[in-house]
Amino acid sequence: MEHNIYIYILVMAGVTYCIRMLPLTLIRKEIKSTYVRSFLYYVPYVTLAVMTFPAILSATANVWSAAVGFAVALILAYRRKSLISVSLISCASVFLVELFTGI
Amino acid sequence: MKRRDYLKAGLRDGFPICLGYLAVSFTFGIMGKNAGISVWEAVLISATNVTSAGQFAGLSLITASASYLEVAVTQFIINLRYCLMSCALSQKLDAQMPFFHRFLISYGVTDEIFGVTVSTEGKLNPFYSYGVIGIAVPGWVLGTFLGIISGNILPARVISALSVALYGMFIAIIIPPSRDNKILAGIVMISMVFSLVFTFVPLLKEISSGFRIIILTLLIAGAAAALFPVKEETDVMPEAAGKEDVTYGA
Repeated sequence: MEHNIYIYILVMAGVTYCIRMLPLTLIRKEIKSTYVRSFLYYVPYVTLAVMTFPAILSATANVWSAAVGFAVALILAYRRKSLISVSLISCASVFLVELFTGI
Repeated sequence: MKRRDYLKAGLRDGFPICLGYLAVSFTFGIMGKNAGISVWEAVLISATNVTSAGQFAGLSLITASASYLEVAVTQFIINLRYCLMSCALSQKLDAQMPFFHRFLISYGVTDEIFGVTVSTEGKLNPFYSYGVIGIAVPGWVLGTFLGIISGNILPARVISALSVALYGMFIAIIIPPSRDNKILAGIVMISMVFSLVFTFVPLLKEISSGFRIIILTLLIAGAAAALFPVKEETDVMPEAAGKEDVTYGA
């Protein structure tokens, strides 16, 4: 069977968009249930923590530069540095570690 | 604050996402080239999907000439986590917000844009979202374009360094509130430990990363909500700016 690339793209984009759009358009009121509200309050912390670790350790050329980048980000974030400084200084530290160790 | 200020703030906070996206979508472009799709097709996929894992999986299915249904089901499973994120984000939107803003914000619910927009204080201004989307998505599309036309225009070292940009951003979002709130600190730590276990333990590691996120979120956020219900008058992630105004306890 011959498949059309544009239909593939349409299917991918359509399914993905619906998943994102339906909750944002169907849930228009403030949810009253304390349990659900608390659950949604905790959701970002769990999802972002799960996505970050241990994935960050395999993101760069080697585990050591990644570990340094991770540590730098943790320290800067703990000191309440801005989003952009945490992110960029963490990138810079990875770059420097890889440059100096020659990995 | 005016619309323009929200837009500017969004552009500022979206900049690290733009850099991180460049690195990730660059790899997608290279894969697209290897898979034999055209520059235009790769760019179109990136501009309409804006999702890393989903696009990589979609590309391999397209190459394998899979059925449309198979593509739809795979996208649904891989991207189902966005549903959870949109549910959380829905509580950040003003109940009166018109539909067209909701439709536009929906386009940009990625892991990263969600992380940044959900952690703003108070209700989410749509123009803040547009600022973040307005700089992050072009990074995603441009990276795809560069990856497919060049193969290796960016040195491997730069790609490697930029790859931590998105994780650095996640850390900047979750750590400051955890510093003030022991419950959040505990939740962040438990989430990381479980994620580690799910990455390496046999059988559990067979679970795809999209499902790992869903399972752990339902499990950990579900348990935390039962054990530490958040009292009234809180919005989702209110104290990301370091302000503590949440009370806990049943």
